[in-house]
Amino acid sequence: MTAVKKHISSEAVSNYFRSLAFSLYTMRRPLDGFWDLVHEKRGSMAAAHTIVILSILVQTVYVTQSNFWWIDIPMEAFSSVYLVLNMVLPLLLFSLANWCLTTLFDGKGRISDIYMAYAYAMVPQTLIRIAIVPMTFILTADEVMIPIMLFQIGEVWFVILILCAMKQIHDYTFGKALLTTLVSLVAIGVMVFIFLMFFAVVSDGIAYFYSLGQELMFRIRRG
Amino acid sequence: MQNENFKNNQRIVDVRQVRKFICFVLISALAVGALPLSALATGPTNFTYTYNQWGSPIPSPDAYRVTAYILGQHLEFNGENVGAFREPQDLHVHGSLLYLVDTGNNRIIVLDFAEETTVVAIHSSAMLDGAEITFNRPYGIFVSEWYASYGEIWLADTMNQRVLHMDADWNVLQVIGHPGIYGTSLLEEDSNFLPNKVVVDFSGRLFVQTRHVNRGLMEFDRDGTFAGYMGAPEVVVGPADVFWRAIATQAQRDQRLLNVPVEYNNLYIDSEGFIFVTTAQEDIHNPVSRLNAMGDDIMIRNGWTDPIGDVWWGTGADRSGPSELVAVTTLPHDIFVVFDRNRGRLFAYDSQGHLLYVWGGPGNREGFFTFPTALASMGYTIFALDGGQGPNLGALTRFDLTEYGELIKHAFEMYQRGQYEESYSYWNDVLRMNGNFGLAYIGIARAHLRMGNYREAMHFFRLQSDYLGYGRAFNFYRRIWMEQNFWILAVVVGVAIVVPPVIKIVLKLRREINES
Repeated sequence: MTAVKKHISSEAVSNYFRSLAFSLYTMRRPLDGFWDLVHEKRGSMAAAHTIVILSILVQTVYVTQSNFWWIDIPMEAFSSVYLVLNMVLPLLLFSLANWCLTTLFDGKGRISDIYMAYAYAMVPQTLIRIAIVPMTFILTADEVMIPIMLFQIGEVWFVILILCAMKQIHDYTFGKALLTTLVSLVAIGVMVFIFLMFFAVVSDGIAYFYSLGQELMFRIRRG
Repeated sequence: MQNENFKNNQRIVDVRQVRKFICFVLISALAVGALPLSALATGPTNFTYTYNQWGSPIPSPDAYRVTAYILGQHLEFNGENVGAFREPQDLHVHGSLLYLVDTGNNRIIVLDFAEETTVVAIHSSAMLDGAEITFNRPYGIFVSEWYASYGEIWLADTMNQRVLHMDADWNVLQVIGHPGIYGTSLLEEDSNFLPNKVVVDFSGRLFVQTRHVNRGLMEFDRDGTFAGYMGAPEVVVGPADVFWRAIATQAQRDQRLLNVPVEYNNLYIDSEGFIFVTTAQEDIHNPVSRLNAMGDDIMIRNGWTDPIGDVWWGTGADRSGPSELVAVTTLPHDIFVVFDRNRGRLFAYDSQGHLLYVWGGPGNREGFFTFPTALASMGYTIFALDGGQGPNLGALTRFDLTEYGELIKHAFEMYQRGQYEESYSYWNDVLRMNGNFGLAYIGIARAHLRMGNYREAMHFFRLQSDYLGYGRAFNFYRRIWMEQNFWILAVVVGVAIVVPPVIKIVLKLRREINES
C-alpha cells in the first residue's frame, strides 16, 4: 500500500507536473517543444486535460469578472453550458477532423496527440486572458487598444502554435501543415452541418409521427 | 448607510423599538389595504415603454397623456358643424394656430389652441389673379415662422401637381409647377409632379418631398425655379450584394430589385433650419435623418440603438417587421418625436439619439392610431394625426406631459444648460417614479462627475453600461488614487526591479554550493 502511494507521489506526480510545466516551453519554442511533446513523451494527456479545464475556468472568470467596458453581457443571459461547449467543441471537433484527414495523408500523429497539442497551444491565450482581467480595472475605455492588442497577440500566437504543432506531430512540411489545418476547418464545417441537418431531420420526423398520432387519436375519439 | 444602521440596531435590541416597529408595519399594511383599487389605477394608459441597454422593452410610466381627442364632428365653425375629416394628411403649427390639411375634403382647417380649441378658419380655395382656385387632395402645408417670410403659406396641392406659395391672406403669390426637364437628372416631361410635403428654410429656399422621386428632396429657389436635388439617401451595398451580383447572370440581375436610394415620405424643418426626413421603406439604414444645408446627415446617434423605432419586432395582430416612420417633429431641447405607421407608436429621442419613451399603439381608442400620418408640436404639446379611412377614424389627438414627463423636461432643461447639480434632484425624482429610466442614471452620474464624486459617478455610469462616461470618471479617480498612494506604486515598481536579480543571485549561489 505504502509502496503504491509512494510510487504515485514520487514518479507520476512529478511527471505530471513536469509535463504541465512543459506547456510553458512549447509556448516559447513551438517547433522544438511540439516535437518533444509527442516524440519524446514530454507531454501527458493528464496535463492536457488539466490545461483544458483550467482554460474553461479562466474563460469563465474572464467573461464574468472583466470590467464592464471590456466585456458586458447581461448576467441573466450568461450560460455556462454554452461557454463550456464553446471551449470544448472546437477542441474535440478539430481533433477528430484533423485526425480523420491526416491519417489519410500520412500524418504520424494519433488523435490523442492532436488533442494534446491543441490543449498545449491554448496556454498563451489563457495566460493573456488572466492578464487582461485585472488590466481592465486599471485602464479606461480610452486605452482599450492595449487589451485589444494583447488579445490579438494571443490569437495569433495560438494560430502559430497550432501550425507548428501540426507540422511536428504529423512530421509534415510547413505547407502541408497549413493545408491540412485549413481543410480540417472545412471538415469541421461539414461535420457541424451534417449534425444540424441530422437533428433537424430527426425532429421533423418526430413531429410528423407525433402529429400523425394526434390526428389518429382525434379521429378515433370522434368515432 | 441604512444597512449599517440596521446592523447597529440589531446589536442592542430594545423591546419598545420592536413593538413600535410591529405597530408601524401593521398600520401601514392596513393603510395600503384600505386604499380603493381605483385610486391605484391611474386611468387609461398609453402603454409607455423604453428599451434598456440590452435592447429589451421595459415598461415606463406615461410621459404623455391624451388631453384632447378631436374629430371633425366635434368642431363648429360659424355655427355650422365642420364635419368628419377625410384622410387628413398633414399638420403644421404656427404660433398657437394649428393648420390641419383635410385632404379628402380638399380643405385646410385652422384651429386655435390659445385658450380653448376653436376653429379659426376653413380654407378650401385661394385667390389667384382675382380668380378663385380650389385644391385637389392637398397633402402638405408649411406656414413660415422665419423673419423674411413670416406668415406666408406654402401648400402642396398634390393632385393639381403644383405647390402654391401664398401670403397670409391666401392670395397666391406664386405657382410652382412641374419643373420640366433640366439637365439630365430630372423628371420626364410627361411624368407626374406630385409634391407631398413642403418646408421652407430661413432664406426662402423651398424643399419639396415629391412622390415617386428617390433622388432626395426637390429644392426650389426663392423665385420658384428648380435648383436641384438635395440629400439623396445613401445607397448601402453590402458585401453579400457584391458577391451575388458578381456571380449572377444577366437575366438574374434584371430580376433582382434595383439598388436605388429610398424615397423620403415626410420632412420637417426645426428651429435651427435643419431638415428632418423620414422614410418607411424596408431595408433601410436610417429611417430618420437630420440634414444640413448641404444635404448631409448630421443626426447624432449615440443611443444603444440608432433611432429606428422599435427594436423588437414581435409579430402580432397582423403587424410585423420594422417600424415605418412617417412623420417627425421636434420638441424643445432638441428632443424629436417620430411616428410609426406600422404599429401606431410615437418614439421620443433626445438630441443625442437616446430613446426617452415610446407610447401609443394600433387601435381606434383614444391615444391609439389606425393610420398615422402627421405630427406637430407646440412647445411640449404634441399633436398626432390619424388619417384613418373610415368616417370616424380621421382624428386629431393632443398629448400633454404628465407629471413624470414634466420631471424629465425639467431635468433636461437644467442638463442642457449645463446645470448638472440642479438637474441631479430632478433626475432623482424621475428615478423615484421610474427606476428603469436609463438617462436618469447617466444624468446623476454626470452630476456626480461635475461635483467631484468620482466613485459615485463610476457606480451610476456602470449601472447604464456607459463605458465612456465611466472611463472619464475613472480617469479622475485613478489620478487621485495614484497621487495619494504613490508609495504603493513606488514599492511595487521597486520590488519588480530588485527582486528578480536577487532571486537569480540566490539560485546561482545555491547551485554553486550544491556543486561544490
